[in-house]
This record gives sequence, structure tokens and C-alpha cells, in this order.
Amino acid sequence: MTVALFLEQMLNGLQLGVMLFLMAAGLTLIFGVMGLINLAHGSLFMVGGFVCAAVAAWSGSFWLGLIASLAAAAALGALVEIVVIRRLYDRDHLDQVLATFALVLMFSEGVRFVFGSFPLYLDPPAFLSGPVTLPGGLPYPAYRLAIIIAGLAVAAGLGLLISRTRLGMQIRAGESDREMIAALGVDIRFLYTVVFALGAALAGFAGALVGAIQSVQIGMGEPVLILAFVVIVIGGIGSIRGALIAALLVGVVDTMGRLLLPMLLSNVMHASNAAGVGSALASMLIYLLMAAVLVFKPKGLFPANA
Amino acid sequence: MKKLILGLTTAVSVVACVAAASAEPVKVGMITTLSGGGASLGIDSRDGFLLAIKQSGNKDVEVIVEDDAQKPDLAVQLADKLIQSDKVDVLTGIVWSNLAMAVVPSAVAQGKFYLSTNAAPSQLAGAGCNPNYFSVSYQNDNLHEAAGEYANAAGMKKVFIMAPNYPAGKDSLSGFKRFYKGEVANEIYTQLGQTDYAAEIAEIRASGADGVFFFLPGGMGISFMKQYAGAGVEVPLIGPAFSFDQNILQAVGDAALGVKNTSTWSKDLDNEANKGFVAAYQAEYNRLPSIYAAQGYDTGNLLLSAMASASVTDADAFRKALEAADFKSVRDKFSFGPNHHPIQDIYVREVIKEGDIYTNKLVDTALTDRADAYVADCKM
Repeated sequence: MTVALFLEQMLNGLQLGVMLFLMAAGLTLIFGVMGLINLAHGSLFMVGGFVCAAVAAWSGSFWLGLIASLAAAAALGALVEIVVIRRLYDRDHLDQVLATFALVLMFSEGVRFVFGSFPLYLDPPAFLSGPVTLPGGLPYPAYRLAIIIAGLAVAAGLGLLISRTRLGMQIRAGESDREMIAALGVDIRFLYTVVFALGAALAGFAGALVGAIQSVQIGMGEPVLILAFVVIVIGGIGSIRGALIAALLVGVVDTMGRLLLPMLLSNVMHASNAAGVGSALASMLIYLLMAAVLVFKPKGLFPANA
Repeated sequence: MKKLILGLTTAVSVVACVAAASAEPVKVGMITTLSGGGASLGIDSRDGFLLAIKQSGNKDVEVIVEDDAQKPDLAVQLADKLIQSDKVDVLTGIVWSNLAMAVVPSAVAQGKFYLSTNAAPSQLAGAGCNPNYFSVSYQNDNLHEAAGEYANAAGMKKVFIMAPNYPAGKDSLSGFKRFYKGEVANEIYTQLGQTDYAAEIAEIRASGADGVFFFLPGGMGISFMKQYAGAGVEVPLIGPAFSFDQNILQAVGDAALGVKNTSTWSKDLDNEANKGFVAAYQAEYNRLPSIYAAQGYDTGNLLLSAMASASVTDADAFRKALEAADFKSVRDKFSFGPNHHPIQDIYVREVIKEGDIYTNKLVDTALTDRADAYVADCKM
């Protein structure tokens, strides 16, 4: 294996991690602040991808699509919070899982109803569509580099929002003691709607960004949702910083595992078998990582209420 | 008034029965995927099949369509319902091999006919073949074998091969290697449903291969081809038609242009049946047909041809009529081998753009009169 391949795979891992962070940030905020398990988060990711593809096809501009996907996911998130989610805060987690799973099914069929059954077309903007040459002569897709930069910028912005603004203060207070901040005169219902819409917007943003290099199709959110849950468990539920570090960790471990395991195994067995076994082991790797983290730190790496 | 209408309808149906006395009505149960990520395949299979029935004007065929949502357990329930409560004579429509394996063996054991519009796993072609099971599509390995043969013809010496880590993926790579004579640069199994191929693309770039064979059906192929184009790797791609059907290409866009793929059918195959089919499909559904639609259409016509010469109540005669395959296939050649799988030519197509539409054009024939690798194991 060459140094160039190793570096390229590290960048790929970073890019996957950044994308997972956008999903996990919303999920962990919603769980941390409201104690709600939201399975429909993957559907908001899908809606982001579909809205971006539809608006980009209609207007010819990817950027307009990106803005529209943010707005649509946030609006849909707020609507869902007001109509459905609000009634679930006092219920136990099983009820929440059932209700939000029902939302997943409704969103999937709703998207089919609006956009049809066939995958939609969405391409990155022209100036990001090819490869760029990184220092050292390594060609790398410009769009993936843009995702890394955009994701890290969102992470920084979210960090500032939580630690420096009034809204962030209320969110942190809501995580520690929701009755107390209600008693202090903060409109907790409004705060919940805002947090939910923020998480939804991040998921929609991720869906739109990823839609340009993947298939915009029904059910595209569910595989990402599972990884995002792994991320927030590893990172510590409710912690943005934990979500960022865990997302990058999962991204890099997953990518490097897929590369290295078949290579290592081919030293001890036939190449064809090594490919099959290595691939199977690689797909387990992040779950093994999660199990290992839980053994040593049962509340995750950076528990929010430590 | 009501009585009059009733009387009239009875009279009409009596007349109709007399007129069609030779043809026994046939009830068809179609189990296919109409919801979820794989829905576009099932919708095309259904639409192609129903178009054939509609064109024939044959009123003796009743089709009950059910959605399996790509779930094997649901497909089994639907098959039980269709057989036991709807009393169908023929089952068809399943897109995915794992669903076919769950449904077909028990359906044919109960004496029903099964005509496959798509899935044709090796288990049902070899030792597990059955007199009542017919694959109208291909045997699963066929398109991969043709890709291997095409790689030889195109002078590829070192090919990077890749498929998802599930039974059809393994069959795909072994099918490719059965015909490909050069060196395998690397063999990779991806996760089923994987959406990001950055790691694999980096390996392709580093491998020094002069060709890439990939089998990534549905959304996986869309993701891979877009990312491959974005990475600027110049190594030519080949694959089976599953990643290049009419509906998928529109979502891939320019990234697919020029890619070679192997198929049993192409919309520009020059025969009367195919020209008529493509025009009628466009008129009926306002979109171009895919390979799934073509296979569905052939399945419909095969059934109609058998009904014209035998009654479904006489299973032996009906089976003989199916074996004769006396219908005008949209593929140039079509006949059944001894294991009830097709003997046909397998073509190479290239992705092109016609106006605003991405589609395929024929460029070559990879395999002529190809049966399959399992026919010798079939004893029936």
C-alpha cells in the first residue's frame, strides 16, 4: 500500500465522518434536550436529498436546491414536532420508537407519492464536479473536499451556537433540568420546536450534500440513521463535541477497515476468501468499536451530564 | 331495469364463453416489488407484463398484482394467499433472487406454474430445477459471463472486480471469472446497500487495472458511477445491465456515458416484436421501457402463447406449450433449454444520450446461443 492511497483513504474517512456528524448532531441534540428517540431523522435526510434534487432540476442551480432543502427540512421538522412529537415527550421510549417508526413509513410513501418511485438525478455544481490535485500530487474529488470543509464549518458554527448564544444557553439548561428552565420563564415548547427544526435542517443539509454523489432514492436515510445512532452512543448521548469526535472516529475506522482487513487477511488465506471474510469483518468493525467503548465508558466518550 | 341488465350480462357472458370455449381462463398471481427502494424494477416488470395482456385483448387472463415490498416473509405470505384463497394457476413477477428462493420451491411443489420475469438463481437452474418452473429472463450468471467474455474481446488484461457481499454478488464474480481469461487485479466485496465507494475507488486507482467490472444493482450503481466520475479515474467500466436500466441512467446522468454493459435486450434490437413493444410501451406509460419491462412483456406473451394451444387444467399439455416458447420475443432469439432456462444471445450495449434522455445502444454481441452453466445438473 502506498502513502498516497493511505492519505486518500484518511480523507475519505474524514468525509464520511463529517457527513455522519451532520446527522448525529441533530439526533443527539433532540435526545439530549427532549429525551426523545427519533427514528424519523433518516426521513428528514431523505427529504433534504429529494427537495434539493427537485429544486436543482427545476431551477438549474444546485445552490438554490441546497437552500431549499435546508428550509424544507426545517419547516417539516417544525411541523412534525408540533403535530406529532410534542405528544410523545411524556411517553416512554417504546411509544416514541413506535410513533417515529410510523413516521418513517409515512414519509417514505409520501415521498413516493410526490416524487415518484424512480431515483432522482442530482449532480454537484460544475466547478466541484472533477478531481483537484492536492499537495503531493494526489488527485481527490473536489466535491468531497467541499463536504469536509462545509461539515467542519457547520460543526464550528454549532459549537459557537451552543456555547456562546442565548439559545445555546437555553438548550444546555434544557438538557440539565427542563422543569427549572420552564419555571424561569423560558418558553419550553417553543425551544423544543426550535431544537427539533435545527436538527431536521442539519439532516436535510446532509441529505442534500450527499445526494449529489449518491443515489437520491426512497429509503436512503435509514442506513445513515443506524450509523448516526452508533455515533451518538459512542460519543455520549447529548454531547455535540462527543458526536463530532465519534463521527470522525467511526468514519475513519469504517473506511480504513474496508481497506486494510481484506489486505491483512490475504496474507493468511486465499485472496478470494480474504475478500469475502474481510468485507464481512469490516462491516462489523464499527459495532465492535461501539461495544469496546461501552465496556470502558458506559456513557460514551463525552457524556453530556458528566 | 336491474333484472334486464343482469339478463343482458348473463347472455353476453354465455356468448363469450361459447366463443372462447377452447381457452380455459387463467388466473395469474403477480408478486413483485412496488414499494421501497427497489420499486422501479417491479413497476416495470408489472407494466411490461400487463401491456402484453392488454395488447392481446384476451379476456381470459385475470391478473392479481401484489406488492412484496422486497421482503421475503411478505412474499411467502402473498404466495400462500394467492394459491390458497385466490386459487391462481400461474405465479410470476418476483424481482429478487432471495425472494424467489423463498417462494418458488413451495409454489411449484403445490403444482402451480412459476414464470420468472427476472430472478433466476443458480439453485433453481441446476439440481433444484422443476418441471413447472420457467425462467423467461436469463440465468443469473449470464450477464456476468458475457461481461467476462467482452473483457477478453476488448483486450483487458488486468481487471478489478467488485460486487456486494451476498449470494448474487458471489455468483456474479464467479460468473465473470468463468469466461474472463486475464489476470484479476483485485476482488472486492462491498456491503449490500452501501452508498459510499470512496474507499473502493481509491483502491481501483492504486491497483493499476486496465478495466473494472462491477455488479451493483439499483441505487448502489448510481452512487458508484457518480463518485467514480467525480474521482477522475480513467479506467473503463463494464457491468451487467442491472446498473444501466432506463430508470437508473436518468439519475446517473453524464457519469454513465460511454460505459459498456451486457444485456439480453436493448431497445434498439432490430426486430418487429421489439419495435412494436417499445412504441406501445411509450404510448401506454409515457416512458422508455427497461430490461425488466422487456422481460415482463415476454413473460406475458409466453403465457398467452401457451394458453392458445393448451388448457391450464391439463398441466402436462400446458407445460409442453410453454416449453415450445411459440411467441415473438422482443429478443431476437429465444428458446428454452432442458432446464427451462433461456438459450439466447447476450449483447453489449453502450450508454449514450439521445436528446435529453440517457439510454443504451447496441454495440456488440458477447455470447451467442448461451444457455447456462448449471444445465447438466438438472434432472427432470
